[in-house]
Amino acid sequence: MRYALSKAAWYFMAFLAAVVLNYFLPRLIPGNPVDTIVARMAQGGGSEGEARQQMYQTFLREFGLDRPPLEQFLNYLGNLLQGDLGTSFGNYPAKVADLIAASLPWTVALQLPAILLGWILGNWLGVLAAYRGGWVDRWAFLGFLTLSNIPYYCLAILLLYAFSVALPLFPSFGGYAPGTTPHLSLDFILNVLHHYTLPFLSLVLVLIGGQAVGMRSMAIYELSADYVHYLRSLGVSDRRIVWSIFRNAMLPQVTGLALAIGSLVGGALLTEVVFSYPGIGSLLFTAIRQNDYPLIQGITLLVTVAVLAANFIIDLTYGLIDPRIRSAQVGER
Amino acid sequence: MNSLLAQLLSKGRFRVSVAVLLLVVAFAVLGPMLDTRNPLFAVGGRYDPPSANAILGTDVIGNDVFLQLMHGLGTSLKIGLIAGLVATAIGVFIGTLAGFLGGVVDELLMGFTNVVITIPTIVILILLSVALESRTLVSLALIIGVTSWPWTARAVRAQTASLRVREHVDIARLSGASVFSIILWEILPYMFSYIFMAFVLQLASAILSEAALSLLGLGPDNTISLGKMLQLAIQGEAIRTGAYWAFLPPTLLLTAISFSLLLLQSSLDEVFNPRLRRA
Repeated sequence: MRYALSKAAWYFMAFLAAVVLNYFLPRLIPGNPVDTIVARMAQGGGSEGEARQQMYQTFLREFGLDRPPLEQFLNYLGNLLQGDLGTSFGNYPAKVADLIAASLPWTVALQLPAILLGWILGNWLGVLAAYRGGWVDRWAFLGFLTLSNIPYYCLAILLLYAFSVALPLFPSFGGYAPGTTPHLSLDFILNVLHHYTLPFLSLVLVLIGGQAVGMRSMAIYELSADYVHYLRSLGVSDRRIVWSIFRNAMLPQVTGLALAIGSLVGGALLTEVVFSYPGIGSLLFTAIRQNDYPLIQGITLLVTVAVLAANFIIDLTYGLIDPRIRSAQVGER
Repeated sequence: MNSLLAQLLSKGRFRVSVAVLLLVVAFAVLGPMLDTRNPLFAVGGRYDPPSANAILGTDVIGNDVFLQLMHGLGTSLKIGLIAGLVATAIGVFIGTLAGFLGGVVDELLMGFTNVVITIPTIVILILLSVALESRTLVSLALIIGVTSWPWTARAVRAQTASLRVREHVDIARLSGASVFSIILWEILPYMFSYIFMAFVLQLASAILSEAALSLLGLGPDNTISLGKMLQLAIQGEAIRTGAYWAFLPPTLLLTAISFSLLLLQSSLDEVFNPRLRRA
C-alpha cells in the first residue's frame, strides 16, 4: 500500500509538471496571447468584424486573462477536470475535446493491432533466431537490426513510394476513398482495409525488429541456463524448448508491450502525417500549421496522460508480481 | 587500450559503421567547401529530374537537391552534435552527483529525473518549440538537448554508485579532495567508454528528433536540414508525384546515419561489455 501511494505521488507530480508545462505554453508568447492569436488567425483571412469580436471574447474568457495569474491557473485546472480542453482556433467554434474524440479511434485502430502483432511476431522470431543459431541467426539478426534502426517515418516513406507510387498496389493517402462517407458495407470495409495496409505494415515491421532484437539477446542469455540443457538432454522437442525459453525471457518484454501501448497515441504521429491518414498525428500536424494552441495542448496532454497511466500500471503490477522491487523502493537504501 | 582497438577493428560492424560515418561527415564538411552556391536559391523549376545542371534534380521550389543535401546534412549533424553534447553533459552531471553523494541529494535528483522521464520527450519538444519565437539551429539543438538527458543520468548514476566504493576513491576522499575533483579524476575516467556510448546514442536520437520535429512543421527557420527536406518533399507531394530524387536522398541518408550510429554503439557495447558476447 505504501508502495502504491509513493508511486502514485510521483506520477501525480509528473502529471502536474506536464499540466504546468501545458499551461504556460501559450503564455510564453510575448504580449497578450489572445491578441497575437486572433491577429495570426485573421491573417489567414476568413473571420471579419463581428465574428472576430466574438472569437476574441471566447478566448479571452477561456484564458481568463482579465483575472490574476493564480486564478487563471486554477481556472485552467478546473476546466481540465471537467474534461473541457477549450475551443479550437483553427476550427472555431469546434471544441478541442470533440476534435480529439473524432480522431482518436483512427489512431487506436491503426496502432493497437500493429503493436500487438508486431510484439507477438517479433518476440517469437527473436527466440527462434537465438535458438537456431548459426547463419540463420546471423542473417535474421541483421534483418531485425536493420528494421529496428530505420526511423519509422523513413520506412513509412519508402513503403509509400514503393507500393503506392512505383508499384501502385495501394492508395497513397487517406483512411478511405475520398468522396465516400463512412458507412457499414462490405465495400466500405474493404476500402478501409486497403487504405490501412501500408501504414499498418510500416508500424508492424519496425516493431518486429525492435522486439526481436531485445528478445534474441534475452534468449541467448537463457540458452546457457541449466533448464535448457536439461530439456535438451531429455530429448524434448524443439518447439517446447523454444516455448519455455520464450516464457522465461518474457517479463521485460511484457513491460515493453505495456510501454508501447502507453505511447500508442504519441508513438507514431508521423506515420499518419506521411500517409495522410486520419488520426491524432494528422490532427496535430494541422494544429501546428494553424498555430492552434488549444488543440496542440489538448493533444500533448492526451499523449502525456496515456504514457503516465501505462507507466503507473506497469509499476503497480511489477510491485505485485515481484515483491523484491516493492521492498527495494520503499525500504532503506 | 591497443588491444581494445584491435578488437574493435576486427569487428565488421564497427568497420562498416565507422566507414559510413566518415563518408557522411566528409560529405557534409567538404561538400559546401567545394561548392559554395547558396542552397536556398532556386536553380530550376518544380521537380526537375536529375540532370547535368543539378545532379539530384530540384525540389518543389526549384532548389538544387544535391546542394540542399550537403547543407541539410551539415545542419542535422550540428544539431545532433550540440544536442548530444548538452544531453550527455547534463546527464553526466546529474548522474555522477546523485550517484556519488547518495542520500537526500540522490533521492531528489533521481526523483526529478524520473518525473522528466515519464513525460514523453516528444511532448516537451513540441511544447517548447511551439513556444519559441524563432527557431534557430542552436535553439532547436538546445531544446532537444535539455529534454533528452534523463536516460543518460539514470545510467550514469548506477555506474557512479558502483564506482564510488572503490579504494582509490576512498583514498582521494581521505586525502581531502573536493567532491568535484573526485568525480572528475577518480570517477569519470573509469566510465569514459560508457559515457562515449551514451553520447553516440544521444547523437543518433537528436538527429532523429530534429527530423521528427521538422516533419511536424517545427523545424529550424531559414535554413535547411534533412528533416526540413523531408517535410518540404512530403508537403510538396514529391512522393505521390514520383519525384523520388527529392525525398529518397534525405530518407536514405537519415536511415544510414541512424543505422551506423546504432551499429557503432552496439559494436562498442559488445567490446566493453563482454557479457553480451555469445559463448
